[in-house]
Amino acid sequence: MSAMNRKIIQNLAETLCKQVKHFNKAESGCLIRLFHGLVGEQAERRAAHGLDRVRFRNILHNTFGMTEDVMMDRVFRVFDKDNDTYVTVKEWVEGLSVFLRGTLDEKIKFCFDVYDLNGDGFISREEMFQMLKDSLIRQPTEEDPDEGIKDVVEIALKKMDYDHDGRVSYSDFEKTVVDENLLLEAFGNCLPDMKRILLFEQRAFQEPQEH
Amino acid sequence: MGVALSRAIQWSSEGDTLEKSPLNNDILTEILLFTEEFGDKHPHEARLTFSEPLQWKTTLEASDFMSDLTLYDIRGESAMSQECDDKGCPLLHLSPPHITVHSFYHMSNLVLLNKDKKMKEVQTCLEANREPMKKIFGPRSPTIHEDKLFNILHQLDEKLLSIAVRPIMTIEGRLSPAAVNTEVDLLKRFCGTGENRALKSVRYTSDYVFSNGCRSPPWRQMDGEICSLIIETCDTEPTLFITCNTSGVFLDEEINGEGGENSYRRKSEAYKDLVTLLKNMSPHFAKASNEKDFAIQDVPSPKKILHVETVDAEETGQTLKSYDHEEKNVLEKARHQLVRNKPGGRKKKLEPSLKWKNLGLTSPFDEAEEKARKSRESKRILEYGTKSPASQNKKKANFSGSSLPGCQSSQKIKTPGADDFSESSSEDEEDEEQPERRAEAATDLPSEYWQIQKLVKYLKGANQTATVIVLCSLRDFNLVQEMCQLAIRDVGGLEVLINLLDTDETRCKIGSLKILKEISCNSQIRRTIADLGGLQTMVSILDSPDKELKSLAAETIANVAKFRRARRTVRQHGGIKRLVELLDCVPDGVSLSKEQERDVEVARCGALALWSCSKSTWNKEAIRRAGGIPLLARLLKSPQKNVLIPVVGTLQECASEKSYRIAIQTEGMIEDLVKNLSCDNQELQMHCASAIFKCAEDKHTRDLVRQYGGLKPLVMLLNQAGNKQLLAATTGAIWKCSISMENVAKFQEYKALEILVRLLKDQPEEVLVNVVGALGECAQISENLATIRRSSGIKPLVNLLTGTNQALLVNVTRAVGACATDPENMTIIDCLDGVRLLWSLLKNPNPEVQASAAWAICPCIENAKDAGEMVRSFVGGLELIVNLLKSQNKDVLASVCAAIAKIAKDVENLAVITDHGVVPMLADLTNTGDDKLRRYLAEAIACCCTWGSNCVSFGEAGAVAPLVHYLRSNDPLVHQATALALFELSKDPKNCITMHENGVVKLLLVMIGSTDEILQEAAASCVANIRRLALANEKAKYGPMTQQLLTSPPP
Repeated sequence: MSAMNRKIIQNLAETLCKQVKHFNKAESGCLIRLFHGLVGEQAERRAAHGLDRVRFRNILHNTFGMTEDVMMDRVFRVFDKDNDTYVTVKEWVEGLSVFLRGTLDEKIKFCFDVYDLNGDGFISREEMFQMLKDSLIRQPTEEDPDEGIKDVVEIALKKMDYDHDGRVSYSDFEKTVVDENLLLEAFGNCLPDMKRILLFEQRAFQEPQEH
Repeated sequence: MGVALSRAIQWSSEGDTLEKSPLNNDILTEILLFTEEFGDKHPHEARLTFSEPLQWKTTLEASDFMSDLTLYDIRGESAMSQECDDKGCPLLHLSPPHITVHSFYHMSNLVLLNKDKKMKEVQTCLEANREPMKKIFGPRSPTIHEDKLFNILHQLDEKLLSIAVRPIMTIEGRLSPAAVNTEVDLLKRFCGTGENRALKSVRYTSDYVFSNGCRSPPWRQMDGEICSLIIETCDTEPTLFITCNTSGVFLDEEINGEGGENSYRRKSEAYKDLVTLLKNMSPHFAKASNEKDFAIQDVPSPKKILHVETVDAEETGQTLKSYDHEEKNVLEKARHQLVRNKPGGRKKKLEPSLKWKNLGLTSPFDEAEEKARKSRESKRILEYGTKSPASQNKKKANFSGSSLPGCQSSQKIKTPGADDFSESSSEDEEDEEQPERRAEAATDLPSEYWQIQKLVKYLKGANQTATVIVLCSLRDFNLVQEMCQLAIRDVGGLEVLINLLDTDETRCKIGSLKILKEISCNSQIRRTIADLGGLQTMVSILDSPDKELKSLAAETIANVAKFRRARRTVRQHGGIKRLVELLDCVPDGVSLSKEQERDVEVARCGALALWSCSKSTWNKEAIRRAGGIPLLARLLKSPQKNVLIPVVGTLQECASEKSYRIAIQTEGMIEDLVKNLSCDNQELQMHCASAIFKCAEDKHTRDLVRQYGGLKPLVMLLNQAGNKQLLAATTGAIWKCSISMENVAKFQEYKALEILVRLLKDQPEEVLVNVVGALGECAQISENLATIRRSSGIKPLVNLLTGTNQALLVNVTRAVGACATDPENMTIIDCLDGVRLLWSLLKNPNPEVQASAAWAICPCIENAKDAGEMVRSFVGGLELIVNLLKSQNKDVLASVCAAIAKIAKDVENLAVITDHGVVPMLADLTNTGDDKLRRYLAEAIACCCTWGSNCVSFGEAGAVAPLVHYLRSNDPLVHQATALALFELSKDPKNCITMHENGVVKLLLVMIGSTDEILQEAAASCVANIRRLALANEKAKYGPMTQQLLTSPPP
């Protein structure tokens, strides 16, 4: 990497670490370098914009152990704040700050955004069904194979819908999770687990010493 | 006759002979008649050969067979039948007194030959062949030819049973089936659904009524049982299982358990009828029945109510007033009908109420019971149409694929033979055998049950996301309620929850543990968790880096490890070491960071689990070896109260082991324990006091408690008389601390004695034991004797002598004995007849009580006025105490010797005990090596020498030589007593010779040099006696001439 590039990265890291919580300058620098490394593998044309969906999904799957298609797409959407189908370097660092080191509140916000499929500020029955549709083995013998899933949706709604309006608002969701942390990832795995986080940080933040 | 013989017939207590009872007589007569007629009635069957012959000792002789020479050959003393089996062996063979018979034909003949001793013959035959059916048919089932014979015998069996059952019907003044029936019908009318009902439901366990009116199966009727009832009351939990017996009604612990028909246990005492029992069991029923003038106090006898009408369902569940009114009406009607029906004597016609029918509870209950007896699991499957849990688990495993590795791994199988070795445990066994509760009928199941079933069904086929949702929803049920706990188990939920612990999903594990933690408060759930291998998994979770997970696993282990097998499982899978590791956190400050808080929580849960586990001795040792003691000591310094309780709990549990007591002292834990005595949490105070109680056996510990100022808080705690557990622990600590006189002085200062005396009344026995123990110790200081008297403590103490608790008696006798050392106290004890009470405790089977009573008797005799007269007034008392010299217990012997020494001071009494053979008995004990016994034995011998020829008798019984050797003992107290005894014995010349031969002079000369004046004098006098004898001897030999020479002392 040229000295010029290094200078640019250093400046960028400096600005980013002021805007984004949880990372110091060195860590921001590492993440930026990592981002460039990942983008560099892409075709030249796309690299200008940032990480595309496929590339990002690969990272989620391989590095953070996510498996569900719906969830990976949604996480991409939440990272991609400006909805331009690319994750820029800023979005990358911002997203990772919650992803890796978010407080409970930040994570609640993150998860809620992931689960609010249409972005209307509520998680509706239909959205829940969409997210949970593969969560039960279907009994082909039953008349309505979706009955179980519908039931689980109702169970979840009963647990979360504090204001009884038939959908889960952000404050509903927040209350639920504060009350029972287990329900943070209520509708699908969208955050990495401790082990993966440690592994990732170890690899990402050790790089400068190696060079 | 199989059942009749094994159950109906009454065997003597040795079990080898039949008792002489009218019932046995009837049964034997029946068997005799049967056997006599068998040959004629069933000629074909009579010829069938037995699989094994019946053999017994007969009174018959060969000559008895003379009358039947066509059938039997006689050879000298023996006789045999001409008829032989296919191997050529005669079917009857007599070689007096033994007789062998192979068929009923010959049995019949033999009985007929026997003339007047028939009955005796049948009886000896039965006594020698306890299981004739087995001998006749052998181990296999009967063949077609034998079938007929089998049937005949079976008929006989039934006949015998009916004979045996008959007395139930005839005995007057006991419960009869008819009386029970009437009472049950009456009770049924107090059931209903409303708020004001007296009972919820009453039903029989069996609807089949035998011809004699009983409902219990015949083999239970043998024990006088009439029927079993299930009564649901409004306030007792949950259902009463009641057995009506001819001797009364009582609660059953279990009916139709796994162990077969006999595995029920009587749980309560027997009451005279159902109403009395219910009033005792259910306060609600008692209140309702009294208030509402049900007039069920006097249950109408079966003769009175001949016809009762059914009550409409509407009648029940109305408002208080109308209900009340209706009830009165019913009885009114009954009384009315009574009058009307009396002359007619119409046949009794009882119908179940409509309500009853609607509930479907009159359905054949036998069937339901049969089902219940089968595996509960399979029953559920049958009833609710779910698949077997095994197949569901398999499905689950397949579905979740890699995320659920090793779901049903082999480690889940209960370790076979794990129960092979036993381990000691300080736990009370109540938790060990909890009765399996009967499954409720399907109609009674509440909606929660079905919801739980549905959730568990989802759980079986859910991925981790849905699993977490379902687990959280499951947690919203009231998991403290037993119904929900058992529902989870019954629908196979425990298997799933435990399987989840084996997955890699932390959130699923946490969710599952949160549920398991709650429901493991139920002892049946605990057992199932242990059976399913849950403990092994939870132990391995303790290694997890996730602190919440670790805490939950430890807390659940704490709940499950409440019974011995579970505690052993935890240990055997390395749980103790891991749990001890959880304690390793350093909470220093009062305010903690979030992370430190989590560490403290882990430590707290670890300590909780160790507390549960520490109830087993082996685990205490395992905790010590895993280095738990220093960690516990460190946590003990923690300011976090919620950690302290399990830590001190564990310590006080472990303090039963010496190694821990030493460690508690040396690791400086006494200071912390004392400090926490003054905290504001009673539970913590109790455990601290309890730990001090156990540790204060050691003198240094007692001193430490005083030095750290622990005595005052202990006395303060005595005022918390409401909390009995705390009071028991506190009084225990005071008792043990008062063994040190310095502590007693402190207690005097704090006026503890007065409070203790006040606690002698209306306290549970465990408190009394400690209070009396403490008083006994304090009374060793004479000024306290007056204090006890002044606060009128003598009377309650003497009153406690009539108790039965052995530990209490040991302490009470000691305390009364100590009090008796004061003459004024003795006067009071005498007035209260305390000495007689003490004396009667010599009959107690417990040697500790015997010894303690005998020790207490000594000061009584010493200080009582007219002690000799008093002792004589106890009829048989002297004989009793002399006979205790046959005891095997050293302490009993020593105490009895001490008492005998006191008794022998009265010449008349000495004469009596001499007559009872005290001299040879004492002489027999002289070979003992026990210094305490030696001392009091020597004392007793010294005192007994003064009567008649006792002195000579001791010599003849060989008591002298061993006594001489006592002088070589290291105990100066033994020396004194022995010297006194030898002095008494030396009054007989022969004894002097024996002593001299055993080298007594040299030993006594040393004793003369002692500083103890009594010893000096006794030794010197003894030497003088020996010397005098020698002189007399010399004089006789050489005449007066030599006297001059001999006046100088011997070299």
